[in-house]
Amino acid sequence: MKIGVVVFPGSNCDHDAYYALKHELGVEAVFLFHKEHDLKGVDAIVLPGGFSYGDYLRCGAIARFSPIMTEVIKFAQSGGPVIGICNGFQILCEAGLLPGALLRNRDLRFISKHVGIRVVNNRTIFTGDLESGAVLHIPIAHGEGNYHADPDVLAELNAEGRVVFQYCDDHGNVTDEANPNGSQFNIAGIVNAKGNVLGMMPHPERACSTLLGSHDGLGIFRSLAHSLEIVAA
Amino acid sequence: MYKAEVNVTLRPAILDVQGKTVEHALHSLGFNSVGHVRIGKHITFEIEAASLEEAQKIARQVSEQVLSNPVMEDFAVTVHEVIAEEAGA
Repeated sequence: MKIGVVVFPGSNCDHDAYYALKHELGVEAVFLFHKEHDLKGVDAIVLPGGFSYGDYLRCGAIARFSPIMTEVIKFAQSGGPVIGICNGFQILCEAGLLPGALLRNRDLRFISKHVGIRVVNNRTIFTGDLESGAVLHIPIAHGEGNYHADPDVLAELNAEGRVVFQYCDDHGNVTDEANPNGSQFNIAGIVNAKGNVLGMMPHPERACSTLLGSHDGLGIFRSLAHSLEIVAA
Repeated sequence: MYKAEVNVTLRPAILDVQGKTVEHALHSLGFNSVGHVRIGKHITFEIEAASLEEAQKIARQVSEQVLSNPVMEDFAVTVHEVIAEEAGA
C-alpha cells in the first residue's frame, strides 16, 4: 500500500503528513511534486495543509490548476481515495471535488489550537475504525475555515450523511461556543457523494503521536489503510 | 489592445466580516452615517483581441473560471479599448 502526499509551493504540512503515514501508521509514503503528472501508482492521496501559492487570489484557487491536480482530479473521479486537510480541503472545494467554500473565520482571526470534533458518520472509508459519536482532539490552524454552502447543498450533505466531522465540546455537544470559525452546522469535515473524497479543516497528521499531545488523528489514516487493504484483498 | 477591470465581491447573502469590522471602526470614529461596508477585490488586466466583443468574452471567462468563486462571490467586468502607448501604465 502506497499513499502519496502532494507538495505545492507553500505546502507546510507535507512532511508532517509523510511522517505520520510512514512512521506512525507504517505504510509506504511518497511525495508527489505539483509540476508532475505522475501519481507513482499510489493507492490514496493526501493534499496537505499550508499556504499553496501564498493563498493568492483565494485559498487553493491557484493550486487547483497545478499539473498534478489534473491527475488528482482524474484519480478522485475514478473512485480513488483523497484526503484534503486544511489548505487541501480548500483546494478540493476550488477544484469542484467537494461542494461549498471556506470563508474567512467569523472573528477574522487566524486560529491555532486543539479543538474537539465529533465523528458524525463512521461508515466512510476514512472513519471506519472510529466510533460514531466519538470526540477526537485534533488541532486546527487556519484563517479561512468557515465552511459555507448554499441551503440546498447543506440539506443534501445532512440527508446523505456526508457531514463526517462537526466541531463539538469535550462531551460531544455540537454547540455554537464549540464552533471556532463560524462554519455552518459546525462542519469540520465532509465527503463527496461517492464517499471517496474527504475534506477537513483540522489536522489529523498533527495528532498522530502521544508525544504531540494527541494521537486521535491516527484513527483517520488507519481507517483509510484498513479500507484499502479490504479493497486489495 | 483592451483593458479589463474586474470587481469581485462577496455575494450579498454572505456576511462580510471584514466589511463589518471596518464599519464598526468607522462608527467608533464618528462616521455614523456610513453603513453596509463591503470589501472586495479590484483586478485589472490587458487583453489582445480583435474586437471589443471578443475582449469582453475573454474577460468574462477569466472572471468566471479563475478570478471568482461562484459559491461565495459575484463579479462585475468592464472592458475598454486603450491605445498602445497607454498600455502597461
